[in-house]
Amino acid sequence: MNILVCISNVPDTTTRIKYSADMKEVDYSGVQWIINPWDELALTRAIELKEANPALVQKITVITAGRADVEATLRKALACGADDAIRVDAASGDSLYTASQLANAVKGDAYDVILCGIESSDYNNSAVGGMMAELLDYNSVSAVSSLNLDGNTIKVTREIDGGKQNIEVAGPVVLIVQKGIAINPRIPSMRGIMTARTKPLKVVPATDVIPASRVVSYEAPPAKSACKMIAPDHIEELVNLLHNEARVI
Amino acid sequence: MSVLVYIENWNGKFKKSTYELVSYGKRIAAGLGGELSIISIGNVDETELKKLGAYGAGKVLSANTDMALDDKAYAALIAEVANKSNASVVVMANNSTGKALAPRVAVKLNAGLVSGVNGLPLSYQPFVVSKKAFSGKSLLQAEITSGKKVITLSQNTAGVEEFPGDVTVEPVDVSAVSGSVKVLSSDVQTGTILLTEAEIVVSGGRGMRGPENWKPLEELAEVLGAATACSRPVSDEGWRPHHEHVGQTGKVIAPNLYFALGISGAIQHLAGVSSSKVIVAVNKDAEAPIFTAADYGIVGDLQEILPKMTEAFRKFKANA
Repeated sequence: MNILVCISNVPDTTTRIKYSADMKEVDYSGVQWIINPWDELALTRAIELKEANPALVQKITVITAGRADVEATLRKALACGADDAIRVDAASGDSLYTASQLANAVKGDAYDVILCGIESSDYNNSAVGGMMAELLDYNSVSAVSSLNLDGNTIKVTREIDGGKQNIEVAGPVVLIVQKGIAINPRIPSMRGIMTARTKPLKVVPATDVIPASRVVSYEAPPAKSACKMIAPDHIEELVNLLHNEARVI
Repeated sequence: MSVLVYIENWNGKFKKSTYELVSYGKRIAAGLGGELSIISIGNVDETELKKLGAYGAGKVLSANTDMALDDKAYAALIAEVANKSNASVVVMANNSTGKALAPRVAVKLNAGLVSGVNGLPLSYQPFVVSKKAFSGKSLLQAEITSGKKVITLSQNTAGVEEFPGDVTVEPVDVSAVSGSVKVLSSDVQTGTILLTEAEIVVSGGRGMRGPENWKPLEELAEVLGAATACSRPVSDEGWRPHHEHVGQTGKVIAPNLYFALGISGAIQHLAGVSSSKVIVAVNKDAEAPIFTAADYGIVGDLQEILPKMTEAFRKFKANA
């Protein structure tokens, strides 16, 4: 069984977002880049499965679309335990553009399971995994919070609004994963970092795809007005404010 | 320029969010000068389907099937109906189901997709919508440039509006639809208020000090008719179940009123709750970042304050 993990390179969660003067672009200068948190959990689970089933899981490949500067993130994934990496040499685009680049790069390759995080922490569009599945004509299961292999049978738990389902699905399949799929993200060991340098990283050219959407402009969220403090021995004041001022009760 | 809204059901019933989605679709159809159709997949009876008429549904296409959610099969069905009804805009909820289906439908229709849209489009020609980005730290305006468009609506950002009118219900042929996902077992909450649907949410953090202290929090939730939630450390510690975790990697919610009790307000937590209309924070640390996000704050010890809050709200409810 071969597992492909799709990785997005995103600004560290605590980054303060800055913009260009015309508010049409994000100013990424000085940003610390990380593996998108959900993709990191997906990668962690893939590595756990390979370690637990060495005879079954042959190879873990990581893929991303981006220019050469994203290779540091791929090397980190290799250091965590992925076996090889693919970078599609594409500029950033919308979800359809990115999903098409990834799907075109792996079309015809024999991946049994493709793992994608449910969203990326930059554009929060929750789209690339499902789009890849459709472009590859694979099954997909979204909101997956647990993944286990029973031989070649793929067993997953998916979250639904107000509950969960345990399901079985045949590969090849795209699993779009969320919280719960792994608990502690894998951190590269010193040995991992050393071996990552020599692991194969293939660069494939981008394909011609026309994006279907674009960002027009950004704005900072409206500032919150100051918090009104209430004395702990005047709780009835809180009730009064919520009823008469905020009108939410 | 017609609009198609996909709606799901919970044991054959719709929720307030369904009506928000339908009336949202109606307003977009009006903006485009077109018709609205609804596609419902699952076992829903005619009485329930006809309730959608009050929110502007016009035409409801009902795919009556027992088949469990199957991303590929459901998306194919929605895309087929979208093509037949000449829909230029397809709308879904930005929840687990919408996230599963919208990307597949977008590819089938060769359409651009924007997820988590806040409220109505800012313009129709060009088609521009607003959404949050960077987990709530930024807002952006996106234009969908393709002829067909798919959007998912952030819950509670458009509101429910009534558009009384006639509604017709037409069956959709599902004889050729088959899924490949096998459901082995399911565990669905019953009787409790769905976190994503709740108008009031009472949420506890590490400041609650331990799972044994949750009883007063649950009492407050009960008095307010609220759902309960928690911060990430609380679910990671196993004090509360994972499905209660709200935050960047947990559930993203937008209730009218959110109580952050003993939650410091890390940026990851705020990403999941900053769309709440009103936030009340109680924390013993006056410097906690939650107070920069909150509308009303109390500094103090929860073990003393929580029972007092419950009592005060109980008195208010009794007199209301």
